[in-house]
Amino acid sequence: MEAWEGFKGQTWKDEINVRDFIQNNYTPYEGDGAFLAGATERTSKLMGKLSHLFDLEQQFGGVLDIDTQHVTSLLNYKPGYLDKDNELIVGLQTDRPLRRGVNPFGGLNMTRKACQAYGYELSEKVEEEFLYRTTHNDGVFRVYSDEIRKARHVGIITGLPDAYGRGRIIGDYRRVALYGVDRLIAEKQKDKADLAASQPMDAETIRRLEELYQQINFLGKLKDMALLYGIDISKPATNSKEAIQWLYFGYLGAIKEQNGAAMSLGRTSTFLDIYFERDLQNGVYTESELQELLDDFVMKLRMARHLRTPEYNELFAGDPMWITESVGGMGEDGRTLVTKNSFRILNTLYTLGPSAEPNLTVLWSRDLPENFKQFATKVSCDTDAIQYENDDLMRPIYGDDYGIACCVSAMRLGKDMQFFGARANLAKLLLMSLNGGRDERYNLQVGPEMPVYEDEYLDYDKVCERMAFYRDWLAKTYVTAMNMIHYMHDKYAYEKTQMALHDTNVHRYMAFGVAGLSVLADSLSAIKFAKVKAIRDPETGLIKDFETTGTFPCYGNDDDRVDLLAKEQTELFLAALKKIPTYRNAEHTLSILTITSNVMYGKKTGNTPDGRRAGEPFAPGANPMHGRDKSGALASLNSVAKLSYKTCKDGISNTFSIIPQALGHNEKERCSNLINILDGYFAQMAHHLNVNVLNRETLIDAMNHPEKYPTLTIRVSGYAVTFNKLTLEQKKEVISRTFHEAV
Amino acid sequence: MTALENTTMNSGTAVTGRIHSFQSLGAVDGPGLRFVVFLQGCPMRCMYCHNPDTWLPEGGTEYTVDEVVQKILRYRTYFGKDGGVTVSGGEALFQAEFVTGLFHALKAEGIHTCLDTSGVRQTGIKTDKNESICSTDVEQILQNLLAVTDLVICDIKFTTEKDYLAYAGGSLSTVLSFLSLTEAAGVPLWVRHVIVPGFTDSEAEVQTMIDLARRHTNLSRIELLPFRKLCVTKYESLGIPFRCADVPECDEATIKRLSSLIPKNLR
Repeated sequence: MEAWEGFKGQTWKDEINVRDFIQNNYTPYEGDGAFLAGATERTSKLMGKLSHLFDLEQQFGGVLDIDTQHVTSLLNYKPGYLDKDNELIVGLQTDRPLRRGVNPFGGLNMTRKACQAYGYELSEKVEEEFLYRTTHNDGVFRVYSDEIRKARHVGIITGLPDAYGRGRIIGDYRRVALYGVDRLIAEKQKDKADLAASQPMDAETIRRLEELYQQINFLGKLKDMALLYGIDISKPATNSKEAIQWLYFGYLGAIKEQNGAAMSLGRTSTFLDIYFERDLQNGVYTESELQELLDDFVMKLRMARHLRTPEYNELFAGDPMWITESVGGMGEDGRTLVTKNSFRILNTLYTLGPSAEPNLTVLWSRDLPENFKQFATKVSCDTDAIQYENDDLMRPIYGDDYGIACCVSAMRLGKDMQFFGARANLAKLLLMSLNGGRDERYNLQVGPEMPVYEDEYLDYDKVCERMAFYRDWLAKTYVTAMNMIHYMHDKYAYEKTQMALHDTNVHRYMAFGVAGLSVLADSLSAIKFAKVKAIRDPETGLIKDFETTGTFPCYGNDDDRVDLLAKEQTELFLAALKKIPTYRNAEHTLSILTITSNVMYGKKTGNTPDGRRAGEPFAPGANPMHGRDKSGALASLNSVAKLSYKTCKDGISNTFSIIPQALGHNEKERCSNLINILDGYFAQMAHHLNVNVLNRETLIDAMNHPEKYPTLTIRVSGYAVTFNKLTLEQKKEVISRTFHEAV
Repeated sequence: MTALENTTMNSGTAVTGRIHSFQSLGAVDGPGLRFVVFLQGCPMRCMYCHNPDTWLPEGGTEYTVDEVVQKILRYRTYFGKDGGVTVSGGEALFQAEFVTGLFHALKAEGIHTCLDTSGVRQTGIKTDKNESICSTDVEQILQNLLAVTDLVICDIKFTTEKDYLAYAGGSLSTVLSFLSLTEAAGVPLWVRHVIVPGFTDSEAEVQTMIDLARRHTNLSRIELLPFRKLCVTKYESLGIPFRCADVPECDEATIKRLSSLIPKNLR
């Protein structure tokens, strides 16, 4: 076959096996970035046009346009272009750039509200169509218990994906390029025939049969979608341009079909490099042309949008898509998976300027080529747009062909999927335990009733005993809600395109999360090592405040006394979750990741024994509380590194901000010191680090003069945002974070 | 007895030091990422001193060598191939025996050691017995310390005895003889010089400093540091008048201009 000419290996030809293709054909690259080409005139022009549209979108309040007439899907819009004559890679979500479609499958009310927030009305046509449909949201609320509703209402569990797409599923979009859609359909048909012949024909088997039907159906639609653009993707891609285009169509189909909370790309750059290398050698494309193709692809990714409500944006700021692309890492055979294309994809932050999307994630290993380490850290210092995750920690678990979904969730590509779900508020769990199941803000009985903690002073053992009881209750409520959500999502909003790009037999994770870990750890530390007096509300009798005398160690100072409390709390919570079986026997996992919802969680939580006042934001993810990590940057990292990835397999997010002057005298020193920080942190089996190298003054100036910083990008918690897209409240919270500045 | 043997004898972990503070991430005090130990106590009173809170010898917290080593070992994964530990101050030589004990223990762990000092050594050196000692003893103590030191960073503050005494309260000749000791011990040397507008920012002054430094064959780098006033609040809270309150900060352009006087291989 012409498409596969020159490609080595056999297994990947006999079965769907992208990893085998990569291993047989990729060219590790140990050199530096000197080969890279800059932006061509065409690219700059096109990017200029796009930047103008981004500006307009901001001026319009964050949404440029909404098509309220059509429900988004693969074939419901005419083909759209940014600049038809000059684009190299084509395909838009709707018929016009940055015009958002409506996707009521997750929930109709959410769609209505989102339209109204930006001055639109959902059309009668769509309203009528959905009169006769059940949405995912309808289904969930048909079965939710009062207890779950209350837990949601008071915010002890927040961000449940019960009104929008659950996301965090990565289709293996590379399969479209390598095999062409016809082969993928043929394989799925085979699987379906095998399953149809199996016994017993129970509910799960029948469900899977129908899912396979839907997958095959949507693979057909994917082909038709490409044909709208005059491109036939039924056969394998034959060159670099086609490989990108095919792959992108796979992704485009997915985001036309679904509005998942995070729709990540996977690990595509090294895969694409195989086509790039072949074309370079055969003189089909020059280096500059290849960068141009990749730039065009990345521009398309930067244009991806979903329609969200303002409430959603309050939780997840900056209009994120989490188009996470995992770059680099090492192979199981010891060769690096860094290729020239790993450089090129990071280079887009120079050719196109800094950007929050795609969410570029470097899989860091001690053994990465030194040149790549230097290049990646330079890009970090220059753009604050990349994050790092520990490949040496994940590779032994997932092998060498996994990708990151959303911020920190690792999955084997095409083999694992996850049922994503929100997070439980651990700070609130402590307060609810003290108040006998009543919420401290609403004075509402949420959990099982028990007298309010009676003694004047809090006793560590007694508090732990109460927490154990309420933790089990919270875990049960949480798992139950998740089971309901994912049952209904499978039933009413199944991800047909994305699951068609998975193996038929997938491993499922159910990804739980916690927020407020540092607040809980410091609070417990105060109770254990200082004296904490409970202050009661005379009217309600609830404990509303605390008076702490004496000192206590705070999480973030490499002090085992409190760091191990944080670690223990994650272990206890996972153990409690595991007591409750999950839908489809998914594997329970846990993340410590808040995204920007730490602001919202703080708002919903009363005074805590660590001295945090009611309403004050939590620290993001697994970060120590702002300003309490007083022993320097590395002590802070060491504390976070003690949390166990084995317990928190869905990821441990840490965001690290340092002023350039504290990182070294000059660029070279800063890069090499950042390398040492990453090497040192990850050698302790830590999981994730967001790196910002900037001054607080820059952010304050950007808050006051947004026009001066149109592309200022910062890492928040597992992703990056354009600073200007944050709310004022979120901006202030980011500015208040610890900036390590010891010189 | 050789210097090294003598050091071994003195490096018992029972020696304690008074420490002002620790900085877990030092990126500008020696090569690579460094854990920085700021010792308490300094015999000098430099006009532009950044850390007046480290002056008094009775301040700070007492630590044993072993306690400090345990703390440092938590950070060794960050040291990479270039990084390590820098002992600064205060004045590191003010507690030379403690530093010797610490460096000895760090060398045993394979950790790179860097001594950040003014090089002023005659006054105030503390011994175990807290007795005053004669200068040959001082020299022996310093040789013991240099035997376990991988890098010396020495600040040449002023280039004439008159200025040195007036603005730093010390003697230039002791600094220069300390530099000779480092050369004799074969320890690589970085020289630093703070550029204070109106005092040390003339090309002639910088050139003299460079010439002084270049007399030593172990010199491998010269760094010019800009005078900054971030320390003003420290002086205020200590109730000590800041002699440089009216001196403007040094800008980057000046540093860049003056740095061109430094031979390329020493920048």
